[in-house]
Amino acid sequence: MKRGFIILSVITACLLAYAGYQALVVAPTERTMGDVQRIFYYHVPSAWTAFLLFFINFVASVQFLASAKPSRQAVAKWIVIAIAIIGVIAAFLPAVQEQLKSTGMRPSALATTVLMLPVFYFLIGKWFPGQRLDMLAVTAAEVGVVFCTVVLVTGPIWARPVWGIWWATGDIRLTSTLVLWLIYVSYLVLRRFSNSAQTQMLAAALAVFGALDVPLVYFSIWFFRTQHPQPVIGGGGSIDPRMLHILLINWVSFLCFAFLVCWARFRLELLRRQVEDEYAMESLGEAASTGARASLPLKRNAS
Amino acid sequence: MNAIKFLAAAYIATWLIHGTYLTTLVGRFQRVRRELAELGKSGQRRM
Repeated sequence: MKRGFIILSVITACLLAYAGYQALVVAPTERTMGDVQRIFYYHVPSAWTAFLLFFINFVASVQFLASAKPSRQAVAKWIVIAIAIIGVIAAFLPAVQEQLKSTGMRPSALATTVLMLPVFYFLIGKWFPGQRLDMLAVTAAEVGVVFCTVVLVTGPIWARPVWGIWWATGDIRLTSTLVLWLIYVSYLVLRRFSNSAQTQMLAAALAVFGALDVPLVYFSIWFFRTQHPQPVIGGGGSIDPRMLHILLINWVSFLCFAFLVCWARFRLELLRRQVEDEYAMESLGEAASTGARASLPLKRNAS
Repeated sequence: MNAIKFLAAAYIATWLIHGTYLTTLVGRFQRVRRELAELGKSGQRRM
């Protein structure tokens, strides 16, 4: 386990260095924006990684809520399958295709996004049973917030020289991303400061509602008028193939980095719960010994 | 020149955010490990 982590750390460090070199030195300079456009190689992969982590948090939370009862589990499974089938069929219906054409989005992009749901749902359910679902949910949310913070910081740094303003007030892409960040920060605050036995369930329910903002952020540039640049993948915008290649290298390196951080955070959560269990056992032991001492005179009296 | 300044600021900010998070993660690991060790010791004393 430890060896695997070290090997992956070395691979990720090499990948990040290579991706950074590609982004800063090799990538062609954009004609209108100049060098400041290179921020895009960190901003966009960070956003995609944050979305993926929030999506994992959503799936783990749904699984956790469903795992309370076997009947609920079966219903959730069939709902996920139905969403995937309806989503894929709908993406290729002529009426929907016509609608998508006006936004510049490819039907395959919509179908792929919808298909991710059952794939992740069944993989997460298989690999993270019981309490591990909750641990995965908190891990994904925390690391997702870090990546979302990077998006919210690098975005305005790019916008200042290009748009002339740090933040376009009222822009749906920017506002919905900020709301997304706030939802997941409140999720983490809830988990950190609530001592109720229902905290895990409440947090899972909040995550399910919070995740509704992810598609809004993701699809907002297709469906609304926004100052934010058009998407580079899935239709709507165009990009130099060399830039796209370097963007994908950066995303892979960021994904490896996120996986590594999640691995460490999940391990920390395992240890933290081990400590909680030990404390619980200790207080149970103390209570039992106090109870035994208290019941001793009673026994004597009885005898 | 101005563009380079913004580019540098974005890259520094990115790694500062990740670095800060990783530092807090290491600190939390150390605290949990210390707590586990103390619990182990107190468990041994009771036995």
